[in-house]
Amino acid sequence: MSDKQKKIVELEEVVIKFAGDSGDGMQLTGTQFSDASASFGNELLTFPDYPAEIRAPQGTVAGVSGFQVHIGAKEVQTPGDLADVLIAMNPAALKTNMKWVKPGATIIVDVDSFDQKHCEKAGYDYDPLQSNDLDDYTVIKAPITSLSRSTVNDLNLGIDVKTADKTRNQFVMGMLIWLFNRDMKVEEEFIEKKFAKKPALIAPNVAVLHAGYNYADTLEAIATQFYVKPVAGKKGMFRQITGNTATAWGLMAGAEKAGLKLFLGSYPITPASDILHELCKHKHLGVKTFQAEDEIAGICTAIGASFGGNLGVTSTSGPGLALKTEAAGLAVITELPLVIVDVQRGGPSTGLPTKTEQSDLLQAIHGRHGESPMPVIAASTPGNCFNFAYEACKIAVEHMTPVILLTDGYLANGTELWEIPNYEAIPKIVPPFVKDNDPEYQPYKRDAEKLNRMWALPGQKGLEHRIGGLEKSDVYGDVSHDPMNHQVMTNYRAEKVQRIANYIPQQEIIGSQNGGELLVIGWGGTFGALNMAVKELREEGYDVSLAQFNYIFPLPKNTEDVLKKFKKRVVCELNLGQFADYLRTQYPQYPYEQFNKVQGLPFFISELKEKFKQLLAK
Amino acid sequence: MEEVQKLTREDFQTAGPVKWCAGCGSYSILAAVQNALPQIGVPKEKIVFVSGIGCSSRFPYYMKTYGFHTLHGRGAAIASGLKSARPDLNVWLATGDGDSMAIGGNHFIHLIRRNIDINVLVFNNKIYGLTKGQYSPTTPYGSITKSSPDGTIENPFKPGELVIGAEGNFFARVIDKEPRNLEKTLIAANAHKGASIVEVLQNCVIFNDKIHESIIGKDVRDDNVVMLEHGKPMIFGKERDKGLVLDGADLKVVKIGENGITEKDILVHDMTTKNPSIHYLLAKMTYPLAIGVIRSVDDATYETKLQEQVDNAVATTKVKTVDQLLHSGQIFEIK
Repeated sequence: MSDKQKKIVELEEVVIKFAGDSGDGMQLTGTQFSDASASFGNELLTFPDYPAEIRAPQGTVAGVSGFQVHIGAKEVQTPGDLADVLIAMNPAALKTNMKWVKPGATIIVDVDSFDQKHCEKAGYDYDPLQSNDLDDYTVIKAPITSLSRSTVNDLNLGIDVKTADKTRNQFVMGMLIWLFNRDMKVEEEFIEKKFAKKPALIAPNVAVLHAGYNYADTLEAIATQFYVKPVAGKKGMFRQITGNTATAWGLMAGAEKAGLKLFLGSYPITPASDILHELCKHKHLGVKTFQAEDEIAGICTAIGASFGGNLGVTSTSGPGLALKTEAAGLAVITELPLVIVDVQRGGPSTGLPTKTEQSDLLQAIHGRHGESPMPVIAASTPGNCFNFAYEACKIAVEHMTPVILLTDGYLANGTELWEIPNYEAIPKIVPPFVKDNDPEYQPYKRDAEKLNRMWALPGQKGLEHRIGGLEKSDVYGDVSHDPMNHQVMTNYRAEKVQRIANYIPQQEIIGSQNGGELLVIGWGGTFGALNMAVKELREEGYDVSLAQFNYIFPLPKNTEDVLKKFKKRVVCELNLGQFADYLRTQYPQYPYEQFNKVQGLPFFISELKEKFKQLLAK
Repeated sequence: MEEVQKLTREDFQTAGPVKWCAGCGSYSILAAVQNALPQIGVPKEKIVFVSGIGCSSRFPYYMKTYGFHTLHGRGAAIASGLKSARPDLNVWLATGDGDSMAIGGNHFIHLIRRNIDINVLVFNNKIYGLTKGQYSPTTPYGSITKSSPDGTIENPFKPGELVIGAEGNFFARVIDKEPRNLEKTLIAANAHKGASIVEVLQNCVIFNDKIHESIIGKDVRDDNVVMLEHGKPMIFGKERDKGLVLDGADLKVVKIGENGITEKDILVHDMTTKNPSIHYLLAKMTYPLAIGVIRSVDDATYETKLQEQVDNAVATTKVKTVDQLLHSGQIFEIK
């Protein structure tokens, strides 16, 4: 410890952006820092921002990978609009991220990488560190590469330069530990765990971690340390979880609560692949995963598994959902339980595969041939992907229908500090099974309340029956081309899905329960930003409320009551107005303002507040 | 083990009418399947017939077992999911040349590659029947059909070549109007563990009548067809005077008694050899056409290996419930 006077500034929240080449380990450093913050008791939310290319040319703007961490001593629901601290490992990382930092922010750069070659690669024809580009910021020019290399070299372990360079992220981490007053021990343990299988790398990483800490501690330039308090009153067991992991776990919870085996048929696609990666690790819970030859086989194997009495699931993103639509229609007409997870990304076509968007909504609601109603629900935080994945299973199994669960790239890859739910309290799911040799069984005989058919499984004695894509006769399930029968069956399928509204919660209003000036309407993954914008405006005295929809089709039964209580309604979504259009068809009696964004980015609180103020002023 | 109730052909017949065209080759396939099933010792409720779309794919509706009539080309994928989820079931797939090799080509080859224990009946009539007469991926080059008025300009697939190319372990070719051989082959296909592909040369009486007749017609059949039997020399001909020998890297027809050739010189059929070279030649050969089980090699099946991975994981894990999973790994208690 140096004996110089240090200033410690206490902050309510801080946003830190890590940026470097996709090979620089910025995602890892970000995760490591957020773990440290979680164990310290901060609220947090993270959001990675990675390029579509796996390893784009080093040092170029295309290869910059980022990871944003938002920590706070109070509620944190977004990864933060702009960063308070930027770590830029090279000129390209600086260039790409300058527009995402607050004026006056602290910028830590690896000064070793700011040579002419790297500056040119990033598209600078000058050295930004020598220019006045950074006049409004506190810039810490740290020789990260050279100090990491010399630290490793001094250990005399015969470690090559390439390996030594991979410890640079620990140098950054060391600086941050100093900067944010964190516990060194937690980080050392993280490194030990991380490199448990490559123990030779533990010593150099720990040494570089200390080097970074000592550098920050001794450096005159850093006079300020920050402190973000643990969240007051927050108690319980928590873990960091991404939306994709929460989705995978929610699916397993759904299957377990239903007493069914989980079967995932899936084809890899960004940003949904992590659901496949996660579920294939959990064979110990009886999960089977089938990496199919294509998206179509992904859903078809899941349908086959559901026919066999498993809980069939398929996971995908927009283009894959398009490929699955024919088979989704088969699941509709055969009335088998199935969960289709669509992790939305920027479209159409390959679009922006690594960026977030909400533009598959109408595809999910309507995108099938024939009269093909299918319930659609959407998760709204990384953590509640767990709840809605479970909910999708419950609806699918108890109502005998395919269900679409919408998440998005933002939820999928973002993490939050998630309170581990009370698992006992989650209700059981009751599949509508039939007893062997039940003389009353008919393939299309329906439950009087829910209108679902029963689920008789191959292997059960005396229940042999045939189902398929041809229209079936009411009750008996024989192939039928009878005109009135088709009308009856089509009506049943529509009514069955409508009646799900009797089993889902009412739509909540955050804010003025009895109505007011402005109702902000959102759905799915935009919850964090919309909620924070509304909250901040309410604290500023504005009459603005939020209705964030998770149940999309059917809508909650009180939706009209919610809509009619407000003078103005604004539908905010990351598309050109799909939910707004949907509400216009369902409740055409109300006018809807819109706020839309399709930039592959989540909403910023600032832009939302500005829009809402404008609407309130009108 | 539970005593399996003795079943008869009638146990597998549905009450409703069978609705193929009069004279369709599918009738004899249906009869052969219904005759074969009582002999395989599987309880009726464990048997599932899956199909895609096409005339052949109406098959499950005529079988009094569990059945799933699915989507065009997708039967193989749905059956793959079913068998992977439920290895205890006896799964059959009824498909046609279009369903399996055109619209469903991808699922077909991957089912074979994975070696999932499904018995696949490919009704090959070399034409599209249900859509009324367009050419299929097995229609002979130059054929005039509703969608090729000037003759097709596409080379046809031979199903056996695809099967072997896709690492297949079982391939048989049979003729719809030879019920005994058909029945015997179905039993062999079922006994084989893994994907078993049976190509049935089937007659479409409406759109492609007598397409196989020039080879398998009564008068010419014995001279054009070699009936394969494992361990027996590949001899054919009305007079049983012709046989197959290996000539370099190809098969050659020789006459027994000419040029000093005796029965001992004739190649003996070995369906179990792992090396697929000769099986490939047999599958490709047009004169004589090889009928019977061309290849039957044992290998571990996908669903068994998957189940083993699951069982091992279940047996060795400390995390036995989702609740335990939620509390495993890096968790933070905040007080």
